[in-house]
Amino acid sequence: MSDAALLSLTIFTPTIFAVLLMAFDKKAEEGMRVFALIGTVCTFLLSLVMWGRFNSAEAGYQMMVSAPWITNWNIDYRLGVDGISLPLVLLTGLVSTLAAVASWSIKEKIRGYLILFLMLETGMMGVFLSLDFFLFYVFWEVMLLPMYFLIGVWGGPRREYAALKFFLYTLVGSVLMLIAMLMFYFDSSKLAGGKGVFSLIQLTEYARTGGFSQTNQLIAFILLFIGFAIKLPSFPFHTWLPDAHVEAPTPISMILAGVLLKMGGYGIIRIAMPLCPWATQYAAWYLVALGVFSILYGAFAAMAQTDFKRMVAYSSVSHMGYVLIGLAVWKIDETGATVRPDHWLMGMQGGMYQMLAHGISSAGMFFMVGVIYDRVHHRDLNKFGGLMQRMPWYSGVAVGIFFAGLGLPGLCGFIGEAFVVLSMWNFNPTLAILAASGVILTAGYILWTIQRVYFGPEYKGPHGEDLVDMNGRESSVAVSLLALAIVFGIMPSIMLDVMNPTTEALTQSLSDGYDNSSKAAAPQVSLK
Amino acid sequence: MSANTLIDELWTQDFYRSVEIFVPELILSATIVLLLLSRIMGCDKKVLPCWTAVGGVLLSFAAVFGQFLYLKTGGNSSTPPVQTLFELTRLSEDGVGTIGTYFSGLLVHDHFATLYRMGLLLFLLLVITLTVLTGIPDDEDGPDFYVLICGSTLGMLLATGVNHLLMLFVAIEMMSLPSYVLVGFLKGRKVSSEAALKYVVYGAGSAGVMLYGISLLSGLLGSGVISELGGRFAFLMQDQAFSLGSSETITLVLGIIMVLVGVAFKLSLVPFHFWAPDAFEGASAEVGGFLSVASKAAAFALLIRFVMGFDGTAPVLQSLSRFIGIGLGVMAVISMTFGNLAAYTQTNMKRLLAYSTIAHAGYMLLAISALLVTLNAPSNSELNATQEAVHCVEGLTYYLAVYLFMNLTAFAVVALVRNQTFSEDLSAYRGLFSGGPTIKVLCVCLAISFFSLVGMPPFGGFTAKLFIFLSAFKAGSVHWIMWALVGLGGLNTAFSLYFYLKVLKTVFMDSPAEGQPAVDAPPLVGWYVLILSLPIVILGASPLQDDLSRIAEFAAESLFR
Repeated sequence: MSDAALLSLTIFTPTIFAVLLMAFDKKAEEGMRVFALIGTVCTFLLSLVMWGRFNSAEAGYQMMVSAPWITNWNIDYRLGVDGISLPLVLLTGLVSTLAAVASWSIKEKIRGYLILFLMLETGMMGVFLSLDFFLFYVFWEVMLLPMYFLIGVWGGPRREYAALKFFLYTLVGSVLMLIAMLMFYFDSSKLAGGKGVFSLIQLTEYARTGGFSQTNQLIAFILLFIGFAIKLPSFPFHTWLPDAHVEAPTPISMILAGVLLKMGGYGIIRIAMPLCPWATQYAAWYLVALGVFSILYGAFAAMAQTDFKRMVAYSSVSHMGYVLIGLAVWKIDETGATVRPDHWLMGMQGGMYQMLAHGISSAGMFFMVGVIYDRVHHRDLNKFGGLMQRMPWYSGVAVGIFFAGLGLPGLCGFIGEAFVVLSMWNFNPTLAILAASGVILTAGYILWTIQRVYFGPEYKGPHGEDLVDMNGRESSVAVSLLALAIVFGIMPSIMLDVMNPTTEALTQSLSDGYDNSSKAAAPQVSLK
Repeated sequence: MSANTLIDELWTQDFYRSVEIFVPELILSATIVLLLLSRIMGCDKKVLPCWTAVGGVLLSFAAVFGQFLYLKTGGNSSTPPVQTLFELTRLSEDGVGTIGTYFSGLLVHDHFATLYRMGLLLFLLLVITLTVLTGIPDDEDGPDFYVLICGSTLGMLLATGVNHLLMLFVAIEMMSLPSYVLVGFLKGRKVSSEAALKYVVYGAGSAGVMLYGISLLSGLLGSGVISELGGRFAFLMQDQAFSLGSSETITLVLGIIMVLVGVAFKLSLVPFHFWAPDAFEGASAEVGGFLSVASKAAAFALLIRFVMGFDGTAPVLQSLSRFIGIGLGVMAVISMTFGNLAAYTQTNMKRLLAYSTIAHAGYMLLAISALLVTLNAPSNSELNATQEAVHCVEGLTYYLAVYLFMNLTAFAVVALVRNQTFSEDLSAYRGLFSGGPTIKVLCVCLAISFFSLVGMPPFGGFTAKLFIFLSAFKAGSVHWIMWALVGLGGLNTAFSLYFYLKVLKTVFMDSPAEGQPAVDAPPLVGWYVLILSLPIVILGASPLQDDLSRIAEFAAESLFR
């Protein structure tokens, strides 16, 4: 299989399966579920093949695909994968497969659900693989439509409100991104002579050589950052998240937390930073401070929740704060040279690792909440307790996954947080201490939750008679996630090796971009 | 020029060429006559009028399609069927192959006009098919209805190629008059008659204003030929700079504004939109669909012709055009904002769609604003003015092409659902998705159309909107206000989301009202809407986008020769 076919198939296999689902008889629900699961498995296998072909020692894009699409406007169908996107592609394939297994809990309008679910996967894969700004935007929005319906039709009691809120927030972010896209197209038309450019590779190169003015970089960065911070989500753009999570059905919560939130971080590292290096450095302090605030705010908010799912949702806000910090810990001295680039590199790797780890642990946590919700039909933390006696197998696995979310050494959550906090010390010790204290708060709310839900003498809440342990299907999802949490916790090198060359090249190119932008601006300042 | 010489010239010089170009319009006229005759002869019971109309429009479309292919290939096509078509329609290099004015300078023939005529006839065909499926009009009224709708389209065909202020007026009136009757076609309904009356009064008023503007323009400049207006004005002003203080300029600007009032009425731009919600609510959805797309496309073509008349290199002309361009841009943003906000509270689907068309006229007008601003960029600007201007018209054409399908899909679904539920109120759409399989198809197509209207990828509405925004953004380098307008346009996308989603929420997420029977529609209807909405997806996520954008560019280039 050629590279072009491999990448395109990874994106469009779910769509093909979605179309084929139309051929099923209305009553063949079990068949449709299995068929959709096969679709996600095939996609996951294709992403594994991609990993197999990927050369970890090499920085930059590999397996590039490029075909002209709308030539009048220089829009190309351009795909590729590098050390930043590959781990996220694998994560998407994995989480989607597990979410498809978890989708057996969806009972009504199953065909519509599965079609939208598969289209959602196409959108996610497309975002991570596209290297053309236009194509990126198309996939970014393609993801939005199925999500709206998945929350709005199959969600909880306040689903319509949550779906609309999610859609409006994300669309506003998208429009800001669109305006930034117009800015880059316009700016690059001067550099390219004639038509503007949508290719992210080309735009990154222009940015590295200081092609975009400082003012434009700053405006574009603010627009892009707000767009991506909504998805990340970072304080103060996070308020859609608890509502969407609480109302979404369990498999969709898994995808939302496991993959969609990562798109915010991915957008920042793939588009906002490389295209606006000067503005990134300019904003670094604010970004880190925002990240620290998100960590603390999310942790305190999570502690105050009585709804199990809402608690997990706020923990996501807190955890994604580390991602933001990790990407932004870029310190320079008076001459503009980067201070200790190895620390920044570590922060960036930590941030990216945190995305992966959170993808596994939060998907796991949402699944665990979903399992118990399916049985007792409530999520009130104060009415739980004593589950360890009634469902020992479930509780054991759940505690393991929650520990991964907590960041216990030996589990996946630890690596990212440790890297980020260590790298922050170089940036600003005060903020580092604050961020580290977030770890204590995290431990606080997670341990308190475990205590309230799993320990205690007996379960007194409603539907106590329905408390039976996990079945084979549920166990398979939970155990796979726990196993991965352990593997990523003790062997972080699997993914760090893939990321390393690309992140190193990225930090280097950002430093160059900052230097060149400063140099390009310098003569103008002296003239005044 | 005396009448005698005029007639002599007509016979000797370009008569045969003119007729050759005019064949599609002649076929359409013949169809109209045939429809009327069949009524008199009583043949309309044997051959249903809709089939006569379909046949005539098909022939007419084939003729204009042949013309377009002839222009595109330069008359030498390697594919035998196309060559046969050329021979059958007797196209010649001196006739259709030569672009330029015809009928002694009243009309102009070029790629742009041909493409728009083709689009309009295709649209007419789709609308007639829709009326066949929905059964409005009934057999009794059939001939009247198709005569009116073909007559209105005839005026629109003329509008795409106007080259004289007189023709401009004739074309606008010719497309308007039948549409007044079409709006009031549902006899015996009070809303319908009221809407038609409002439409007539408003139309008559704006026609009067426009006529006065035309007399001012031709009085001041001594010519009615649109392509000469700019040159004459530059000559009149000599080296004076553009300033509203001079009496010539103020007269000219007044005249232009008055003509624009007439066009803005057709485009239902704020503040000339008051007729639109009432007319759309009163008219049947089929007529609403026809008016919202066809008369807009024709009016935009006409508007481009008119504003391009003031194109020129003289500084005074450039300042004038920039002035008009920015004025139109502000009007565009006001239209889209008003349309989107006013749609929030609507509970009648046709009224809601009427406000949506007001907003969309705003998006499209932004392209013309960008066209005028970029084309008249000061000479020190870095822009390649002509190339950017081509892109503006290309964007508008792309938008209209997508708009044709997405708006007609929306109106078609409204009409077809009305046939099942006998209501056009939003409350009748509650839980519609739980109906039968064909209704499900209709609902999905409605969702596709609405998301495309919002401007969401992977649907055509997004690509089209992006093209227009890109052009307008580039115009920002000439005048900063265009950047502000693009920003507001982007914001409007988010505004518009809410009311489109409100409908989709009602259709997909609400449960049907108690005791409401599950509805279904004939399968044929589902296929029709499916075919109608397929291009929305194709023009948003397929390699064919490149082809359409190239065709649109090809047509737009002919305006700037």
